[in-house]
Amino acid sequence: MYSLQNTLYVMTPNAYAHLENNTVRIDVEREKRLQVPLHHVGSLVCFGNVMVSPALMHRLADEGKSLVLLETSGRFKARLEGPISGNILLRQAQHRSAGDRGFALELARAIIAGKLKNSRALLVRAARETPDSTEQAALTRTADNLAASLRAAAVATDLDALRGVEGEAARGYFGSLNSVVKPQARAHFALNGRTRRPPLDRFNALLSFLYSMLMNDCRSALETVGLDPQLGFLHAVRPGRAALALDLQEEFRSILADRLALTLINRSQLGPGDFDQREGGVVMLNDRGRRTVITAWQERKQEEITHPLLGMKLPIGVVPFVQARLMARTVRGEMTGYLPYLPK
Amino acid sequence: MTETDPIPLSALQHWAYCPRQCGLIHLEQAFADNIHTARGQAVHRLVDTPGYEMQAGVKVERALPLWCDRLGLIGKADLVEFHPDGRIFPVEFKHGRRRQKHHDDVQLAAQALCLEEMLGRPVTHGAIYHASSRRRREVAITSELRRLVQETTDAIRVMLTSGRLPPPVNDARCRECSLNEICEPAALAAKDIQAELRAELFRTTDPS
Repeated sequence: MYSLQNTLYVMTPNAYAHLENNTVRIDVEREKRLQVPLHHVGSLVCFGNVMVSPALMHRLADEGKSLVLLETSGRFKARLEGPISGNILLRQAQHRSAGDRGFALELARAIIAGKLKNSRALLVRAARETPDSTEQAALTRTADNLAASLRAAAVATDLDALRGVEGEAARGYFGSLNSVVKPQARAHFALNGRTRRPPLDRFNALLSFLYSMLMNDCRSALETVGLDPQLGFLHAVRPGRAALALDLQEEFRSILADRLALTLINRSQLGPGDFDQREGGVVMLNDRGRRTVITAWQERKQEEITHPLLGMKLPIGVVPFVQARLMARTVRGEMTGYLPYLPK
Repeated sequence: MTETDPIPLSALQHWAYCPRQCGLIHLEQAFADNIHTARGQAVHRLVDTPGYEMQAGVKVERALPLWCDRLGLIGKADLVEFHPDGRIFPVEFKHGRRRQKHHDDVQLAAQALCLEEMLGRPVTHGAIYHASSRRRREVAITSELRRLVQETTDAIRVMLTSGRLPPPVNDARCRECSLNEICEPAALAAKDIQAELRAELFRTTDPS
């Protein structure tokens, strides 16, 4: 049933992706590197200077598979759009409901609740696992604060109040994440709050990259179900910003990105050699680091979970698509309120 | 879609199978493949190439464009036989074994009504060809089927005009439906689980 088709990530500069019979073939310097049947490929994601043949673009468009172009940093650049691009009735409903303050507030509230609960679950688990009692107390305190934020979110009377609750909670959460890093890794992976434009330490560089991957997946999920990724409920509309993708991303940040970042650090799968520091302090994953992260990201997406509402097992990478659909159902009035994904 | 836009013949079959499936495809522009649609496509590759040929005095048209202004229908027939005695005989290809499926019959009857209007001659019979068993099932275009075509067309037009998606059926049909994942029939029907999850949303249950 629900299967996660592979996303083919092409990261090698000057690689050439083309169609050969019914396969995608990747050549580098005229040598074959990879060949996979097209029906195994759900989407093609190209980083930086990757060439794609027109024949392959046509086939991807015909089959409704996405082709996404990213900068080498993982930032979104462009996407190939096929003949079925969205669902106009759904978009109309989305625009109407985004203009309905009551509806927008309730949807934003559900999104924040999902984010807070999932962030909190990460801290509660970390508190249970740490041997250090001081840190355990600190993590528990932050988890309690997030529970208080959740109660505040439940009664916030407008979007600004809700965003305020969320901002406060995020500061506390990122302030605690350092204690979740194993002591021996802390020298290389100190996190002093979240810095993102640009990231100023390795931990933030890693988070930024993972959030970009997550954001691309959320955007694809929204576009697949026909929602307009630019029109959000929690995130305000701004030119060039995929506000709804940012909305959808919230409930997945800690589950998919933060946990993975911590695992990669704590298991020493990433080290200082996987990052480059630029003059002035900006830190970025280098090519080797990106490869490690992408591989782990793909593996993580294959892990099976049970969706509480669907009551069935699915790869976790499919969950953003399920959630985008639930969002569409809420917007179309088939469900009375959005339900974020909360792992059991 | 405005009221004057013709309705695709395939929509009649979708509606007869499940109104929501019809809505998902023709309103929400959803499409997904599964093993059944893949088999269907394989079967149709045989008849999708437009053209005609003569077989023992019978002229056979493949992928013949059809329309009916009276009902506002448009589509294509897999195959239409024109017999020397004047009989016009549409044949719809289906994968799988021979079976009685009334949604196939509605589609065939709609094709017959199109042919009647296009050619000004009666079409009294057609057939469903089942690819797996390689058997034809002859279907009489009865007044009852004709009425069903009219009713189905009207119902689809009402849905398309209203823009409202029919509710999920959540029964045995869903198991074979390629749109199951898009439709989420079970999740939408599970109002109690939804309510339970909603009640839990702002609560923290673990000891902290």
